[in-house]
Amino acid sequence: MPLEDYTIVIGLEVHAELMTKTKLFCSCSTSFGNEANSQVCPICLGLPGTLPVLNEKAVEFAVKAGSALNCEIANFSKFDRKNYFYPDLTKAYQISQYEMPICRYGQVEFFVNGVKKVVGINRVHMEEEAGKSVHSGATITDSEFSLEDYNRCGIPLIEIVSEPDMRSPEEARIYMETLRNILRYANVSDCKMEEGSLRCDANISLMPKGATKFGTRSEIKNMNSFKAVQKALEYEALRQAELLDAGKKVVQETRTWDDSAGITMSMRSKEEAHDYRYFPEPDLVPIVLTDEYIQNLKDSLPELPVAKLNRYLNELELPPYDAELITANKDLADYFEAVLEYYKDAKVVSNWLMGEFMRLINEQGLEIDQVKVKPKDLAAMFTLQDKGVISSKIAKTVFEDMFKTGKDPDAVVKEKGLVQISDVSEIENIVQDVIKNNPAPVSQYLEGKEKVLGFLVGQVMKFSHGKANPQMANEYLKKALDKLK
Amino acid sequence: MSVIDKKTVEHIANLARLYLTEDEKEEMTVSLNKILDFEQQLAEIDTENVKPMAQAVPLENVMREDKVKGSLSIREVFLNAPDEAEGFFKVPRIIEKD
Repeated sequence: MPLEDYTIVIGLEVHAELMTKTKLFCSCSTSFGNEANSQVCPICLGLPGTLPVLNEKAVEFAVKAGSALNCEIANFSKFDRKNYFYPDLTKAYQISQYEMPICRYGQVEFFVNGVKKVVGINRVHMEEEAGKSVHSGATITDSEFSLEDYNRCGIPLIEIVSEPDMRSPEEARIYMETLRNILRYANVSDCKMEEGSLRCDANISLMPKGATKFGTRSEIKNMNSFKAVQKALEYEALRQAELLDAGKKVVQETRTWDDSAGITMSMRSKEEAHDYRYFPEPDLVPIVLTDEYIQNLKDSLPELPVAKLNRYLNELELPPYDAELITANKDLADYFEAVLEYYKDAKVVSNWLMGEFMRLINEQGLEIDQVKVKPKDLAAMFTLQDKGVISSKIAKTVFEDMFKTGKDPDAVVKEKGLVQISDVSEIENIVQDVIKNNPAPVSQYLEGKEKVLGFLVGQVMKFSHGKANPQMANEYLKKALDKLK
Repeated sequence: MSVIDKKTVEHIANLARLYLTEDEKEEMTVSLNKILDFEQQLAEIDTENVKPMAQAVPLENVMREDKVKGSLSIREVFLNAPDEAEGFFKVPRIIEKD
């Protein structure tokens, strides 16, 4: 039967690196992109005789993340040891939280094609990151050996486990994007999928529409972008549907997504079926948090995406499209609000940010925090426009220059002589020149073809290098022509 | 009451990557059962009002400030490494061959 006759059930396990300066259990730096194995010590290398000591900032960030995801925060939680052998794990066990995670039972809201969706969060727990493997072959399967860099080993992670509440690959992608947004707003993770600071594993199964018992699931790994999450799950749903249609069974297994081939493949590792033999971590003591500590952190959270969206809609009266687009990116929202400090018309600002601003950013592949234009200067440019010093057309030129150089709009306008011509006699002179140089269109206009006026206004703008005040150009051209009638 | 048989011992040994001789397997089966039998005595204690214990040491919230301190030098890092290449730890094949 077609895929539409199945219900797709998806749950995600998302890992996010916390933005601490040091690792979870040692004082090695967490900074990204440095020489391999230059940020390791006896603790994160798992040398015998060392003891882990918990990073207080990691606890703070985990509590903030849990609060931002509407979770209950545990007054008492502890670490457990998860035993498995894998070369990226120096100790042959990972310190994680199994029985008593720091956060539980939250939820996340988002919109899918205009319809509100709520996904439950089962738990958020802290654990340590593994190292990074570089394989000798093209893939892990055809590598005779691998190279290990343990700089990443021990960086604090939170694992956010959703309930199996998603019903389409698209929902899974939007859920991921929503999580990223929330964690970035809460300022606990930079959530860069391309650098691996945000990753996800997906559990997916199919059941016939109307059924209540979930089918056998597979777990998909190695999806390195939001698009890949959706594509991998779309592929996997089809693969499972074909198996079920052919009367075959879905094997419960881990599969890896090959983005270039666009397929998922079975992963067979030497490791025996998951048997982690969790037990309480003897080297660490429990975490006991007071209600006051938890409340203080909750109160310290900045305005989160949903609250911001509502404020933009209700107080700033932005259209839903603008409000959603701007709040979907924390940096953009921050920039937007910084401009509003100096310029009150929210709609003018949002139009500009969604238009020229994003156009140049996308064209040059920049991040918002790399933009040279100061919010105050963008506001000043709007004011110049309101005063009629520059036209909206010139504003684009001015902005491009500001974007390139970081100069303020007054400087750009002066330097390039871009001040709008609003002087009557000057405009009248240009109009006369245009009439002289365009006898054919002028006579057409005089014969009653009023459409030609637009062309002639264009000529005035061209002649003035875009500097003529367009309303005045229109007005004085019409006057001059009418005199000729 | 013996609950551990030779098969269980083999499974646990494999999980821990321990390679036991036949004699050692026999010995382990006996020892592990003895340990479990001994622990069975604990089941006789009334723990109705005792909270589950998370840690034997009476401490909580031992934490450190998030402040970077030095790491090892690259030379020191590889002193105990069985194999090394280009500044990385070199490890044998990870996934089984077909």
